[in-house]
Amino acid sequence: MTSTLSSRRAPLANPIEQLAALAASTAGRPSFDETLRGAGWPALTPATLEIFQINLGKLCNMTCRHCHVDAGPDRSDAMMTRATVDACLRALDQTAAYTVDITGGAPELHPEFRYLVEESRGRGKHVIDRCNLSVLLLARNAGLAEWLADREVEIVASLPHYRQRNTDAQRGDGAFEKSIEALKLLNSVGYGQANPRRVLSLMTNPTGAFLAAPQSSIEGEWKTALQRDFGITFDRLLALNNMPISRFLEWLIETDNLDSYMSRLIDAFNPGAVSGVMCRNTISVSWDGRLFDCDFNQMLDLDAAGAMTIETFDFAQWQKRSVVTRSHCFGCTAGAGSSCGGSTA
Amino acid sequence: MSDHYYSPDHLKAFGTISEGAPELGKKFFEYYSAVFAAGALTEREKALIALAVAHTVQCPYCIDAYTTECLQKGSDVEQMTEAVHVACAIRGGASLVHGMQMKEHAEKVGM
Repeated sequence: MTSTLSSRRAPLANPIEQLAALAASTAGRPSFDETLRGAGWPALTPATLEIFQINLGKLCNMTCRHCHVDAGPDRSDAMMTRATVDACLRALDQTAAYTVDITGGAPELHPEFRYLVEESRGRGKHVIDRCNLSVLLLARNAGLAEWLADREVEIVASLPHYRQRNTDAQRGDGAFEKSIEALKLLNSVGYGQANPRRVLSLMTNPTGAFLAAPQSSIEGEWKTALQRDFGITFDRLLALNNMPISRFLEWLIETDNLDSYMSRLIDAFNPGAVSGVMCRNTISVSWDGRLFDCDFNQMLDLDAAGAMTIETFDFAQWQKRSVVTRSHCFGCTAGAGSSCGGSTA
Repeated sequence: MSDHYYSPDHLKAFGTISEGAPELGKKFFEYYSAVFAAGALTEREKALIALAVAHTVQCPYCIDAYTTECLQKGSDVEQMTEAVHVACAIRGGASLVHGMQMKEHAEKVGM
């Protein structure tokens, strides 16, 4: 498998290097903003804020090939403090956001994870745990699946494919077997059985330099296959495009796929996917309390709100911003569209 | 003039084939788009058929294009390889079934 860019001190660990590579690969093509204007969007403006996405940090028990966060077991350098979690909760109270979307890294490894879940549920919020599945099997997390079920937390679990080959290629040898075991565990505590209080969503990313299939066209096949092969059930499938950021960007460059992948994203621009992109209805908070339009902009250090942080959060001011865009944004408007909630078109 | 047959750039420039016969080109590409739109068969099923046929007609452009297209429609390498085996089986079977003609002729002229 791979290791983190950070641990290798790879130049691409620096977001400036990533943005430079993206700019070079799209030179001569219309910018994302120009393309938006051509589709009738003078600027990408905020919609009603619905999702408060909190990235607790980069620590993860896995090191997936396509990770846009550069997360891994060595990333305990980037972890949100309790004070920042509390600042998130105070900011959340300023808004009518309905969903608290907790991500990482593997957020379940963070010492404040359960606190954040409890506090968010106590406020009546819908809580999403973006889960890599294998983390549920760690000894330190014994009983966590049931704990999450008791608190009616939606699990959005990453699974590239319902067969081993593609899953292990992206997430490492043995990842598929662990994923299946964790899915069975989630089923055993009531997840994935059409109960709105125990929602289990699966999230698939392509295992390579091509676009995600429209999720509605493959969900039925996935449900049939996982039930048939493993007796596993789940509620819905989300399909996301891979973003040309961090380790997936490194893979694109190493395999000489970057230029063709960026062309594929640009050529597949779908005006119908724009209105539903996540940056319009989401606030994304980084482990160190900075504010972004989405988790992808977060990884590229494209701050959304100037000097405003979660400590100084002002909701009215936040809603006045324009979304920061670069060429990676074509990843969210290509084909069926792509967001943390899956297809947007 | 290229010094070799088959260039990946040909696929990207395929649309320019219409320059010599614009009306025919327009009709062809409209027809082509209509063929691959979802109908009684899904877009994904049609892409898998196209992939198999691409191997039968041995078109490298079509193989590249429909490999990507199949992946983007949610097929995986296992499914796509089975589709290629369908093409292979039909192609091999077509050769073998002609053996019946050989057999009958041999029986006719033989003792």
